[in-house]
Amino acid sequence: MTRKQRRLTLISLAGIVLASAVGLVLFALSDGITFFTSPSDVLANRPSPEQRVRLGGLVEVGSVVKEADGLVRFAVTDGKSSLQARYVGIVPDLFREGQGVVAEGKVDANGVFIADTVLAKHDETYMPKEVVEALKQSGEWRPEDGAAPQAGNP
Amino acid sequence: MIVELGHYALVLALILALAGGTLPFWGALRGDERLMTIASTTSIAQFVFVAMSFGALTYAYVVSDFSVQNVVENSHTLKPLLYKISGVWGNHEGSMLLWALILVLFGGLVALFSDNLPLKLKALVLAVQSWISAAFLLFILVASNPFLRLNPAPFQGRDLNPVLQDVGLAIHPPLLYLGYVGCSISFAFAIAALIDGRIDAAWARWVRPWTLAAWCFLTLGIAMGSYWAYYELGWGGWWFWDPVENASFMPWLAATALLHSAIVMEKREALKIWTILLAILTFSLSLLGTFLVRSGVLTSVHAFATDPTRGIFILCILCVFIGGAFSLFAARAGTLSQGGLFAPISREGALVLNNLLLTAACATVLVGTLYPLALEAITGEKISVGAPFFDMTFGPMMVPLLIAVPFGPMLAWKRGDIVAAGQRLLFAFGAAMAVMIVGLALMGTPSALALFGVALAVWLMVGALSEIAFRIKLGRASLAESWRRGAGLPRSAWGTMVAHFGVGVTVLGVIGATAWQSETIASLKPGQSMTIDGRTLTMDGFVPISGGTFTGTGVRFSVREGGNLVAVLEPEKRIYTVQNMPTTESAIKTFGFSQLYVSVGDIAADGSTVVRVYWKTLVALIWLGSLIMTAGGVLSLSDRRLRVGAPKPARRSLAIPAE
Repeated sequence: MTRKQRRLTLISLAGIVLASAVGLVLFALSDGITFFTSPSDVLANRPSPEQRVRLGGLVEVGSVVKEADGLVRFAVTDGKSSLQARYVGIVPDLFREGQGVVAEGKVDANGVFIADTVLAKHDETYMPKEVVEALKQSGEWRPEDGAAPQAGNP
Repeated sequence: MIVELGHYALVLALILALAGGTLPFWGALRGDERLMTIASTTSIAQFVFVAMSFGALTYAYVVSDFSVQNVVENSHTLKPLLYKISGVWGNHEGSMLLWALILVLFGGLVALFSDNLPLKLKALVLAVQSWISAAFLLFILVASNPFLRLNPAPFQGRDLNPVLQDVGLAIHPPLLYLGYVGCSISFAFAIAALIDGRIDAAWARWVRPWTLAAWCFLTLGIAMGSYWAYYELGWGGWWFWDPVENASFMPWLAATALLHSAIVMEKREALKIWTILLAILTFSLSLLGTFLVRSGVLTSVHAFATDPTRGIFILCILCVFIGGAFSLFAARAGTLSQGGLFAPISREGALVLNNLLLTAACATVLVGTLYPLALEAITGEKISVGAPFFDMTFGPMMVPLLIAVPFGPMLAWKRGDIVAAGQRLLFAFGAAMAVMIVGLALMGTPSALALFGVALAVWLMVGALSEIAFRIKLGRASLAESWRRGAGLPRSAWGTMVAHFGVGVTVLGVIGATAWQSETIASLKPGQSMTIDGRTLTMDGFVPISGGTFTGTGVRFSVREGGNLVAVLEPEKRIYTVQNMPTTESAIKTFGFSQLYVSVGDIAADGSTVVRVYWKTLVALIWLGSLIMTAGGVLSLSDRRLRVGAPKPARRSLAIPAE
């Protein structure tokens, strides 16, 4: 092989690897990402049952029902609207009524959010950013009043 | 008083860093030896003063000095001593101080143990290192000072975030930082080489042990973090593709590439500019990681406090160092002597392929990590990029790399023989195929993808062993002869074998834990049972527990297999009384390399408790494989040629036979 051929081989190899990486990324970005929504968004514009979404808001006070075999029913609210949600499993330690929550899953045909992952804040001073945004959008977040709205015991 | 001394020591360290960054640099440019020799002194002194400062903060924690705001916010008198100490870096300010301590530690080590470095290169390396420490010390003093006093001092502290009250906090951050920040040395070497305008095989030989050491720590740190998240968070997950995890994984991928490209540079004087670029890239990714984790742009367990000024400060440091380094690279790379070209099928060629795939994989992780931030900044749309994205991008990039790994060490330098390499790997290929075929016969086509993964792991492990078997002529010569050859092999060859074997072990663990885990959720009352994977768990009852700053309840389970008691597990629900925060402690029992993982939900008034049980097939191999990889790195680090300072190392390495 001449020098030129060797260089060409190297460059084409790099080209192939780069092109496949870009291709994979573009493909995955159209398919492998999850959009963030708030309960108002979901009610106004319901995502298809196949689409994974990330739902953020506060756990509505008085909505949490823990049934046998780990089924948890609760409602997520952004102050304006609220959405029924179900989750099977152990909810995080800081999952409490009136506290911020981020749930990932799909909205089923009945408009119930079937969560496969539930995240709550992990310490007392932290509110998931997505929840803050959802509350801001619905006008329930008034930083000038001080703390975030806390519908229940903090 | 001690706290003030600590604060003062930090200021002195900053002044020393400024002096160490300018005087030797000036000396190197003017060829003034006296100024250049200052670098070692200032670097060692920086370490001494930052260590004093760190010691002062640790002292404040140990004696619970609640006149220090940082201690009040993160400590408590009842906290066990271990958590008082590890709590020093369990918060933003303290963790930055640890960052700085490790940075100056590496500077000090270079100053002490690099007597064989040319004076000018050493002065430049230490000067660059001093710039970085000056920037971070300034950041600590201005924007996140851990020594701020509080008046009046409260009687009690607010305790450390309970999630962090774990032995993991004592191990994971120091290891990770040793890796993360250790990459600064290869960065400093790269910048020094660019300024100096000279770069050769000797440069690669000086850089490699530092990179290797940092890589070993990074591997351990990431593995430890993964295991900690696995047992602490109670979800049974060992990797979440969380941006914070990616922040440490990207430098690891880049450092792995750098390790391999530095070999080419050392042995063949090729890939010089690429190696320099990788060294810059690796530390840039470390800085990016620090920014992502510490600035509060991401919310995670790692983001302690969100203070915008800190984010902007770190962003400035990031821009200055990354921007400066790349500008310097753009300006000077052309003036460096080009390395030679080589045949595509050769050891060099294989290492180039390794580098291409690793950097491309690193780029996909970078895109997945930054895309949500960029999209939100530009369009305001919020998305989350999680496991599906990385499975689709990172996974496919890794497959060709892993297939290629056993070929690499089998190929000769300059011009390799792929057919001969293939023949030597026939046994490994056969073993992989056999596993695949037997697996398909037993489990059927639904498991085909997982079985392919297992076959890949077998290919990697047997391939690594085949390489050594070939080199010591196992089976083709007498055992005594093989033994003699094995003892004569350089340790770096053994290191390669061990590390590549470890990759196979980790892959096997990842596949096993992903494809064959099972999970059951049930609500149990004492006396009731559930089964998972042939084992029966019976809830025996509740045990009150208490310790440190928590009280709680342990839920005792006995695990039976065919009627025999094989384990007693006791997951806990704890309440940390100071912050009134509940936590869940899972309980794990290892069977072989697989694990039974139990965590419990809230205990209802009638004693019924939601119990989540996982059977994690081969999961322990994930971390065991990381340990083996690290052992390979350590073995390679102990190689004679890295320990013994060779006076003219540039050409001598060619005497080492390629096989």
